[in-house]
Amino acid sequence: MSGGLVLYDVPGPRARRRQVVLAVIVGIAALALVALVLIRLNDQGQFAAKLWDPLVNPKDENFAAVWGLIGGGFLNTMKAAALAILFSLVVGTVVGVSRLMLGKWAKTPVVAFIELFRGLPVVISIFFASRVLPDLGVNLSGWPGGEGLWFVVIGLTAYNSVILAEILRSGVNALPRGQSEAAYAIGLSRLQTMMMILLPQAVRIMLPALISQLVVILKDTSLAAVLGVYPELLNSAKYIYLNLDNPIQALFVVGTIFVVINFALSKLATFVENRLSHSRRSPGTDTDAEARYITDTAELAQ
Amino acid sequence: MEAITDNLDLFISGYWTSLKICLIALVGSLILGTIIAAFRVSPVAPLRWLGGAYVNMIRNAPLTVVLFFFAFGLPEIGIRGSYWFFGVSALIIYTSAFVCEALRAGINSVSAGQAEAARAIGLPFTATLREVILPQAFRTSIPPLGSVLIAMFKNSAVLGAFGVGGDLFSVSDTLTSARGYAATPVLIGVAVGYLMITLPAAALLALLERKTEILR
Repeated sequence: MSGGLVLYDVPGPRARRRQVVLAVIVGIAALALVALVLIRLNDQGQFAAKLWDPLVNPKDENFAAVWGLIGGGFLNTMKAAALAILFSLVVGTVVGVSRLMLGKWAKTPVVAFIELFRGLPVVISIFFASRVLPDLGVNLSGWPGGEGLWFVVIGLTAYNSVILAEILRSGVNALPRGQSEAAYAIGLSRLQTMMMILLPQAVRIMLPALISQLVVILKDTSLAAVLGVYPELLNSAKYIYLNLDNPIQALFVVGTIFVVINFALSKLATFVENRLSHSRRSPGTDTDAEARYITDTAELAQ
Repeated sequence: MEAITDNLDLFISGYWTSLKICLIALVGSLILGTIIAAFRVSPVAPLRWLGGAYVNMIRNAPLTVVLFFFAFGLPEIGIRGSYWFFGVSALIIYTSAFVCEALRAGINSVSAGQAEAARAIGLPFTATLREVILPQAFRTSIPPLGSVLIAMFKNSAVLGAFGVGGDLFSVSDTLTSARGYAATPVLIGVAVGYLMITLPAAALLALLERKTEILR
């Protein structure tokens, strides 16, 4: 019922008039609010060229350096996110399949692993990686990209792999029973059934959830800036405004980059989801609803 | 292990601070999230746009960026406050977008036939909502809403890393950086502290989910 179309009757002439009046009032109030914020920003001199020029005016002496920093931070963010989603996918598939296939007792450590990392804040996982690994004598500084990158990737992988494992599990569980029954009936082993019949179908349902998870990972790379372990995008913004004293402007630009990319990814996830649910309209299965539920939950994961 | 036993009081006070942050953020984000959700299903189009813009902006920005904006951006325009104030406000704003989406997903999940049937038997708008739509919507909202709130508790660690101070995460920083304890035992103590909340909460949520499950 998006937009609440069925919640109320189709408005009659009077209700429509009332709605138009309300819409105008709300619109004016919203504009007034925006104007108020802009006036406030202006009063405090936040539109001064000195603050914006390094970000928007190519002629400014700092422009090249500033955008070099933003570009470098952006690339680092992308690098960390790409590696994290890749490793999460591999680890998550292994973990998810083992949880599905192992016996009741054998899977206890897998379940413990999942519960442990799902319950831990990502910022702690990254902090853990950066403090505990060196403590244990693991030296990552020789790895390509530097140890900071790997602290972030390891911390993000720890969290996101178990999330993906759970998404995979619910994807497989959502498949109709007949799939595995038919596979067993033609003589496939359990492993073959999983690899050849269940996983390929589950992965299709999972695709939108996977894209949504990428949004989560992209957002979480910025935790590195809080911990100060890796020079990603938000860290670039920090460096810029500490030097040029323009936090609102620098954070505005970097925040916009994050929002635009993540918004596009969310839209892509919805698009893929719609494509998939149109292409698999078979009566009697509830995979569509299940897939929708999986994406919904994945989108809600922060 | 003495890193934990020696500093048990510090851990406990950190725990209380984390819980306090979350309690305030919980109330704040539920109220704000419900208001935004009401905007998003309202018949007045500009309200819907406003709610949509808010949710899409906040949900796609990292919590850290919201946090930085509050703590370093707002003082630039003359709004002053403590890190505590800015941190909790940022957490409320960030979480409210997710609360809104959880509630809206609940309302959207009630099939149109339910509302149509309610109207067909002559129930007015308020009764349709109160007797038919909201009870079902609330049930569907419980699992995602619970996940959002558990995630909020975990997100409160970001505030500690950011330097709000006194919460569970910052305890680990104090002990390892300032007092020179080895990182591993301290961090295990902190991790156990978070798991002590998140694991029972997740189990409770799973139970609630089973209890409120309905056939559609």
